[in-house]
Amino acid sequence: MFAELPLLSVLIWLPILGGIVTILLGDQRKVLKPFALGIAAVTMLLSFGLYTGFDSTTHQMQFVEKLPWIETFSIFYHLGVDGFSMPLIILTTISTLLVVVAAWEVIQDRPGQYLAAFLIMEGLMIAVFSALDAVLFYVFFEAMLIPLFLVIGIWGGPNRVYATLKFFLYTFFGSVFLLVALLYLRHVSDSFAILDFHNAALSLDEQFWLLLAFLIAFAVKVPMWPVHTWLPDAHVEAPTGGSVILAAITLKIGGYGFLRFALPIAPDASLALDWFIITLSLIAVVYIGFVALAQTDLKKLIAYSSIAHMGFVTLGLFIVFDIFANAATGSGAVLAVEGAMVQMISHGFISAAMFLAVGVLYDRMHTREISAYGGVVNTMPKFAAFAVFFAMANAGLPGTSGFVGEFMVILAAFQANFWFAFLAATTLILGAAYTLWMVKRVFFGDVANQEVQALCDINRREFWMLASLAVIVLLIGVWPDPLLDVMHASVEHLLTQVSQSKL
Amino acid sequence: MFQVPNMLFALPEMLMLGMACVILLVVAFTGSRRTEWVYGLSQLTLLATAVVVVWFIGDGGLAFADTYIKDSLSDLLKLFICVVNMLVLLYSQAYLKARQLLQGEFFVLAIFSTLGMLIMVSANHMLTLYLGLELMSLCLYAMVAMHRDSGVATEAAMKYFILGSIASGMLLYGMSIIYGVTGSLSMNEIALAVAAGSGDETILSFGIVFLIIGVGFKFGAVPFHMWLPDVYHGAPTAMTLFIAAAPKIAAFAMIIRLLAEGLIDLQHHWQDMLVMLAVLSMIVGNVVAIAQSNLKRMLAYSTISHVGFLLMGVLSGTQEGFAAALFYTLIYALMTLGAFGMILLLSRQGFEAENIDDFKGLSERQPWFALMMLILMFSMAGIPPLAGFYAKLTVIKAVIDVDLLLVALVAVVTSVIGAFYYLRVIKVMYFDKPVVDHKLEAGSVMQIMLSANALMVLGLGIVPGILMKICSIVFA
Repeated sequence: MFAELPLLSVLIWLPILGGIVTILLGDQRKVLKPFALGIAAVTMLLSFGLYTGFDSTTHQMQFVEKLPWIETFSIFYHLGVDGFSMPLIILTTISTLLVVVAAWEVIQDRPGQYLAAFLIMEGLMIAVFSALDAVLFYVFFEAMLIPLFLVIGIWGGPNRVYATLKFFLYTFFGSVFLLVALLYLRHVSDSFAILDFHNAALSLDEQFWLLLAFLIAFAVKVPMWPVHTWLPDAHVEAPTGGSVILAAITLKIGGYGFLRFALPIAPDASLALDWFIITLSLIAVVYIGFVALAQTDLKKLIAYSSIAHMGFVTLGLFIVFDIFANAATGSGAVLAVEGAMVQMISHGFISAAMFLAVGVLYDRMHTREISAYGGVVNTMPKFAAFAVFFAMANAGLPGTSGFVGEFMVILAAFQANFWFAFLAATTLILGAAYTLWMVKRVFFGDVANQEVQALCDINRREFWMLASLAVIVLLIGVWPDPLLDVMHASVEHLLTQVSQSKL
Repeated sequence: MFQVPNMLFALPEMLMLGMACVILLVVAFTGSRRTEWVYGLSQLTLLATAVVVVWFIGDGGLAFADTYIKDSLSDLLKLFICVVNMLVLLYSQAYLKARQLLQGEFFVLAIFSTLGMLIMVSANHMLTLYLGLELMSLCLYAMVAMHRDSGVATEAAMKYFILGSIASGMLLYGMSIIYGVTGSLSMNEIALAVAAGSGDETILSFGIVFLIIGVGFKFGAVPFHMWLPDVYHGAPTAMTLFIAAAPKIAAFAMIIRLLAEGLIDLQHHWQDMLVMLAVLSMIVGNVVAIAQSNLKRMLAYSTISHVGFLLMGVLSGTQEGFAAALFYTLIYALMTLGAFGMILLLSRQGFEAENIDDFKGLSERQPWFALMMLILMFSMAGIPPLAGFYAKLTVIKAVIDVDLLLVALVAVVTSVIGAFYYLRVIKVMYFDKPVVDHKLEAGSVMQIMLSANALMVLGLGIVPGILMKICSIVFA
């Protein structure tokens, strides 16, 4: 019976319908929180079915569903997952559950609509990761903006209108070029199926323009330097849940877009332009690392560290061309792409944890200024233990998931170019510097003021929320094999696509 | 030899004409005492016409010495014109009543104007087209001027009349040039003459210039858009709604009959002209709309930009492009209806909810209608999963398929600019605190229909396939 279930459709529509019901429940606060929690929990449990039912020996799409949707243009409701999208979907369902838990007592203003926005977001994001039809992908890719726009605008901080408009227009600007690129690909390949796009014969010029369009669309999402400026604003103003979803998942859609569209569709242009993207990635890693060092706002600091970490993802994806040029074997390239994927998943969990931790502090003190804190460990020892652990993971401490991805990418970078590896490795110093310095100023030292003195430690809800993330971060850190196994076949397939010139 | 024309092809128009005369008589005898009767009769007329259109759907052909055509395009457009105008009358009723504008004349003008639209839709002859156009336009001028005591309305009516007349003159001049070259005013004969290459192409292209100026005026495409913001702003909102919705459908029919059916072989001439109009409309419409604080004016500029998008479908010159433009027109009519309907809904005795700031905090006072407006605004901005997105998708696809990539790029970039002012409306509704009370005076029928209208925009966004298919069958 379980095999018959259209699992992906259920994963997409269950939270969306649940979200609509949550809106309709309106002011019945007693009912709507357990209801939303239930929907998020069921969705998460169902998403584990993707993992258990996944065949990791093949790169073929699995759990495929295909129904006609707009027949005039042969657009299909076509879903499926491979080793890239499946882990991201599970990341999505886990993060959403945590967001619902995090909102429990905190959101007092229109809680139903808040929870509904995140449930609907969840469905849309799962759909983005599983869509195999270009129009379907684009529809969900754009539709995601609506709930996030409202979440930041309604429940955000004082400067929320500016931040949310900037966020919306930035990402919308990026994605319209994606639309033109997809329509052009349809014109060339006479199909809207993303897998058909992969086989489209394209000249170098066409690939160049397509890659440029993809780059504009996905670089804004990732975000890469210099189109990253919306992210700190959005993060600072967003409520905790908004920051978590933004950092944990929407950024990953940028990386996923490179994997699904840019590399397989325009391999030759990617080869020609890889220096450009590598440069931007290294600037993100090094320069943004320094920028993070200078932040006085907790959320801004984490936002900048996100940009630096996402630099590893784009770096890992695009150094494969240099590795192919240098080494006879493709093992380094596999390492690079898998490193990028692990980095995405791990950053999803770590950044979610960091933002939740900041949320815990913000709920009590209503400030995110680092200087307002000091000696928090004295009044909140349990919380400080978690926070320091996540900070270490953020800095890439071996044994945590943060180490695995970065280490793999740096290792692969040595096969590409020593200087790439050298610059990338500076993150181990910079990352440690900005996180540990932040930890020192916020958590250690004497109790700074009356407010800190009055802090009470985390309650049970917050404890389990952070503990579950800590377990995941440790698990991936010491035993990443289950994660690597599922993506291995897909990575190999991607690399064959990338290494074959379309010219 | 004399043939009895196939009267059935013009049955909807005849019915409407008859009913218009009846309504006129009723108005003449009851004065302003029985406006609800007149309202009911008008709705009945529109409904009956729609039923007749549906009843005789399918078979088609030419009638009245080839001046009149009934085909699937005319059926579809007539049906939509009737339905749209029914909604317009419904939305307007309470608003007009509160302003003592609910007079019988309004309904008489509305029905006659609708008749003009139907004639335009079925025109297969330039004179028929012109007759329909003038019937429609003259009624619209009078409607704008109905609010006699209002200075803005009178000014708007004057402007509309003078510029509209100039446009009609241009159109007539263009028609006379075409007639001079091809020796005919009938669309099929013009098409045959052009295909045979019997006329001088230079002179024909001159004729096309004037035709396009005329059509551009009626659509409100830049640079012939000057009247549009003033008229939208100046006219009472109910009249603005009337002008904004159905006449655009009729104008679409006009451009299809003239360019796609009569002059399709001269596409290389009119394509470039339409590219200019489309690109300018999208840029000017979207950029200038940003600076507006009056919602009606903002929607006027947004209309200009939508016209630019719509023309993209037409200028591609392919069957698929025409179908895309048709789809766009219908979706546009639906969205405009909803947006102006929302202004009418929130207006009440002595208060016009026509400034963007009047929507402040709507989500707290009227969460349901704020949600409806949110759907409409996101749809106009072209964000999926709402109908407006698919409308944009189809026209952009149409121009990409004929390798006009630059036009497509202009379209998408201007739609980002456009997103800003639609988002501002949402921002005002959702992120700001209310300053005015949003009590609703409108009846429950209007509330339900307006909600249905907005939900339809959402519904067509989730399953756009059916309407798209109908549009492509029309041009297959």
